[in-house]
Amino acid sequence: MANLKTVSKKSKAQSMGMHTEVLTGRTQQKFFNPDEAENFYYFGTYDVDFNKRTELDVKDMTAPEANKEIDNLMSQGYGTIVIKNPQGKHSLGVGILNKLNLIFEGSLGYFGMGSCDGPIVRINGRVGWSCAENLMAGKVVIEKNAGSCFGAAIRGGDLICKGSVGARTGIDMKGGTIIIGGDAGAFTGFMMQRGRIIILGDVGINLGDSMYDGTIFVGGEIGSYGSDAVDSELTSSDQDWLKRKLKVAEIGENFDVSKMKKIVAGKKLWNYDNLEPTEKKGAI
Amino acid sequence: MCGIAGLIHRGKSSNVGSELQGMLQALKHRGEDSTGYALYGDTDGKNFIMRFKVGENVGEGSSSIMEDVSVYDERKKIVDQTLAEMGAKVVKEERNLPYSLRYEIEYDTKDLLDFSQRIESIPGVEILSMGKSLEVIKDLGNAKMVCDRYSLDKVVGTHAIGHARMATESGVDIKSAHPFWGYPFSDVSVVHNGQLTNYWNNRRVLENKGMRFMSECDSELIAVYIAEKMRHGATLEEGMKESLTGLDGVFTYFVATKDSLGMAKDTMAAKPLVLYESDDLVAMGSEEIAIRSVLPHEIDTYDPFDGEVKVWQI
Repeated sequence: MANLKTVSKKSKAQSMGMHTEVLTGRTQQKFFNPDEAENFYYFGTYDVDFNKRTELDVKDMTAPEANKEIDNLMSQGYGTIVIKNPQGKHSLGVGILNKLNLIFEGSLGYFGMGSCDGPIVRINGRVGWSCAENLMAGKVVIEKNAGSCFGAAIRGGDLICKGSVGARTGIDMKGGTIIIGGDAGAFTGFMMQRGRIIILGDVGINLGDSMYDGTIFVGGEIGSYGSDAVDSELTSSDQDWLKRKLKVAEIGENFDVSKMKKIVAGKKLWNYDNLEPTEKKGAI
Repeated sequence: MCGIAGLIHRGKSSNVGSELQGMLQALKHRGEDSTGYALYGDTDGKNFIMRFKVGENVGEGSSSIMEDVSVYDERKKIVDQTLAEMGAKVVKEERNLPYSLRYEIEYDTKDLLDFSQRIESIPGVEILSMGKSLEVIKDLGNAKMVCDRYSLDKVVGTHAIGHARMATESGVDIKSAHPFWGYPFSDVSVVHNGQLTNYWNNRRVLENKGMRFMSECDSELIAVYIAEKMRHGATLEEGMKESLTGLDGVFTYFVATKDSLGMAKDTMAAKPLVLYESDDLVAMGSEEIAIRSVLPHEIDTYDPFDGEVKVWQI
């Protein structure tokens, strides 16, 4: 592996197993222009002060009431909000599109922190299915375990679970990083398209099944590989990145990343070539 | 979608009727076409408790019909007569609703197959449960409605499983509601969340082996499947492990016996289950909020993995 400081940005990404597919068609990428900064905003977002802190007890609130109150507090400029007694309620903290320090003193139910873009979240408990679905940016840390479909379809940001997670972690993910301190269930990385998943423990059957692209790193045992998921060489660049990422995630500080397995897409399952269906069968 | 919940107290009894009501009510958004309870109450273990129905409560899509109360009275009379002929003595009788009855029966047998076949040969009569501890209560509506209708909130026992149903594969009526009794085994019950795709193939095989189906609900297959395995000497856990390959589809289910509670999750892990386990209590449900209704303080819970089977004793 070449020195990362000297290689071009393009080959750096390719050497880490990313962005290797040939994309065609019209780009939907938007380029940021500082002169038009005022045009880049989300409706209903707020300028908050991280030093302005408050607590919110949601014990007797429904999820919509709690979310509305969080929104109300952000509108008052509170940048650090501590949620007390979430008690496994569903859909808490969804749709936060600005920077915010959000701390949950307890567990969340389904769809917690869905469709967020920017907040830094710490959950001192467990989360149910589909935590942080569609996360665009920011960081979500779960101190205990997580349910299935953890980080489904995320596009960016860091999603960290210090415990174990259920099945289909990172299903359909399109970017970002998911880090698991414990074990992960079946179909981890199912149909993932980009981004990276790090699992320090064991992982269940059908790992990376039908993945298009992206990378999965596994520290423990693998139940079985999914269709078109293949081993790849763990480079020194990968190891550097893993060490850095685990340090930032405050997880697996002394973990020996050199022993990790790297899994990528074999790219024989989808339309990466011009083979006819009958020819494709033979190729697989 | 359906929701399931269960709990087992180890080494003590508790108000399981009220606890299960709270858990199932927390899951009512997963379906409230019907709700069912399988409660393992504290009894002296001498007499059988038979919960049975002599008619239906009919909702959307049901093939059953509502009948006049006089029809139910007639059927009850035939049941009483049949019990007397078999030498079974009814020591206590309760009629919660015109179509739903609870009998405490003094009857000396270990083989309930012949007993059940004779009772259920009476048209319109179905045994919901038979056992020395188990009572299956199920009806249309959400958990609170059923609990209030049958006064279940004061039932004390060691363990219980229940089901909040959103009808998909069959109509809204009591015969399709969960839990299902593990006919003809005393004190065996099953609840299920999911869909079984080899129902008819398995049903045909099991019917040829003499097993009985009362509904066209795919979930009933689990009770019959495990009952058939136990009939041939398998333990509960062995039967459940075999079901992971014998049953096709997506499922999470619970099975309870007189002194144990088990869970199984299919190999795709497609259906949810959250589990809390401590030395004196195991509580589990489709969602964490079910467990929170009995344990509101902060606890450690987890999702069992794919293909996992667990069994706990009281």
